[in-house]
Amino acid sequence: MEEIRLMKGNEAIAHAAIRYGCDGYFGYPITPQSEVLETLEALMPWETTGMVVVQAESEVAAINMVYGGAATGKAVMTSSSSPGVSLKQEGISYIAASSLPALILNVMRGGPGLGTIQPSQADYFQAVKGGGHGDYHLIVLAPSTVQEMADFVGLGFDLAFKYCNPSMILADGIVGQMMEKVVLPEQRPRRTDAEIREQCPWAATGREGRRKRNVVTSLELESDKMEIINNQLQAKYREIEANETRWEEIDTADADYLIISFGSVARISTKAKELAEDEGIKVGIIRPITLWPFPTEAIRKAAEGKKGILVVELNAGQMIEDVRLAVHDSLPVKHFGRMGGIIPSPSEIVTALKEKLIAQA
Amino acid sequence: MKTEIIAAGFGGQGVLSMGKILAYSGLMDDKEVTWMPSYGPEQRGGTANVTVILSDERISSPVLDTYDIVIALNQQSLDKFGPRVKKGGILIYDTNGIHKHPERTDIDVYPINAMDAALELGNSKAYNMIVMGALLEAMEYKIPMENVVKGLKKSLPERHHKLIPVNQQAIEKGRTLLKKK
Repeated sequence: MEEIRLMKGNEAIAHAAIRYGCDGYFGYPITPQSEVLETLEALMPWETTGMVVVQAESEVAAINMVYGGAATGKAVMTSSSSPGVSLKQEGISYIAASSLPALILNVMRGGPGLGTIQPSQADYFQAVKGGGHGDYHLIVLAPSTVQEMADFVGLGFDLAFKYCNPSMILADGIVGQMMEKVVLPEQRPRRTDAEIREQCPWAATGREGRRKRNVVTSLELESDKMEIINNQLQAKYREIEANETRWEEIDTADADYLIISFGSVARISTKAKELAEDEGIKVGIIRPITLWPFPTEAIRKAAEGKKGILVVELNAGQMIEDVRLAVHDSLPVKHFGRMGGIIPSPSEIVTALKEKLIAQA
Repeated sequence: MKTEIIAAGFGGQGVLSMGKILAYSGLMDDKEVTWMPSYGPEQRGGTANVTVILSDERISSPVLDTYDIVIALNQQSLDKFGPRVKKGGILIYDTNGIHKHPERTDIDVYPINAMDAALELGNSKAYNMIVMGALLEAMEYKIPMENVVKGLKKSLPERHHKLIPVNQQAIEKGRTLLKKK
C-alpha cells in the first residue's frame, strides 16, 4: 500500500514531479513557494531518475530553459510566485505560441508589485486571460488541497502533452504552506529518447534520418501564415474547452444561494456554507477546478432558479467577471474579497452573503 | 470527532513544530489532519501561530473563526485568541510575562508555567513539548502515547531521534501541569 504522508503543498509538488518522471525543473526561489526548489535539491532526483534540477540565475532564465527543454519533447517545469511569474510572461507566450507542453506553478502572493508574501488570488486575470501578449490560453488548474497539489502535477503534464500546450497550476500561499495528508502517485520512469521521438514527432530531437528538420519557433513574418497558426491555436482551445472543463459542486440543487470560489478559498466557503445553514440559509458551492477552460455551462445551469451568487476571492473581483458572463446577469452576482494577503474567515463570508445578497433581496 | 486548535506565541518558542508533532500524532492515529502556519518573518521574532485540525472526516476550511482549544504563549496571543475559544472550549496559557489574565467563565482556563517545568528538566528547549503535554492532557480526544511517539519519530529528522526520550519525558511532565484556574 502507498504510504500516507504529511507534507506541505510545495513539498508535494516536488515529490509528485519526480514521481511523474519529470525530466527537468528550472526555478528561482521566492516566498511562498521556495520549498519546491528546496525539496527537489534535498531529494536529489538527478541521482535516481536522472531528473535535472537547476536553480537558474533569474526567473526569465528559468522559463527560457523550460522553453528549450520543452522544444526537445522533455517534460519540464518551473515554479514561482506572483512577481516572478510576471517576469516569466514573455517566455510563457512564446511556449504557448510554439505549441509546446510545459508545466508552470504559481503560488500566488499579495500584489501588485513586490507586495506581500502572504496568500492571494490576484493573478487570476494574468493566468486565464493571457498575462503575456497575443491570443493564447494556458490550461489553468486551481488546487484546494495538498493532495490536489500532488495530483495536478500529473494532470497538468498529461494535459500539456495531450494538447501540446502549457499548463499552469494556480495555487496560493495557503495551499503551498499548509500540511495535509497526501498519497503520492507511483514512481513512473522518465520517457526514453525513443519514446519521445514516437510520442512527440514535432520535437527538436535531431534529424535522425528524417527528410525534414523539426523547427520550433513562434516567429512567422507572413501574416497569412500567422493567421493560420492563430486559427489552429483557437481550434485547439475550443477542443480543450469541450473536453477538459472540471469543477466541483456541493449541494447546488437545493440551494437558494450559490457561493463560487476557487482554490483554498473554496474550502473556507464550504465552512461558511455550514455556518449559514445553522441560520437556515441554504447555500450551494461551486468550485471551478479548471479556471481555463472555465465551467461556464455548469455555473449557468446551477444558477437557474437561485436568488443570488456570491463570488469569494482573495482579490478585488476577477473571477466574478467570468461568473457574470456565464449567467448574463440573470440574477444578482456580488463579490466579496480580501486583498494584500488577508484571508477572510468563514463568518466574514456569511456576513457578506447576508449584507450583499439577502438584505438586498 | 473534530478538534480545532490554534497555538500562538513568539517566533522561536516552537509552536509550529509542536503543531507539526501534534498533526503527525493525529495522522498516526488515523485522523484527517490539517496544519496551517502563519508564515513569513516570524522566524526572526514577532508572533507565530499554527492551526491544527484533527478530524474523522474530510476537513473543509483550514481558516477558522473560533477554536475548541487555544494555546497562548504570550500576552499578544492571549489577547487575540482568548476571545475566540468556543463556548465550553479550552484555553491553555503560559503565565510567564502575562499581566492581563483571561476572565472568561464560559470556558475551561488552564494557566501553566512551562518554562519553569522545562528548566526543572534541565532543558529549556523542551519548552514546547511541555506545552504539548498539557494540551494532550486537556484534549477530549485522547491520542494514545504510542501514536504520539510515532508522530515524534515522523516529524523529527533521524539525526534528532536520540532526543525522543527527552521529548517524551517533557510531554509527561507537561501533563502534570494541567490544573484548572
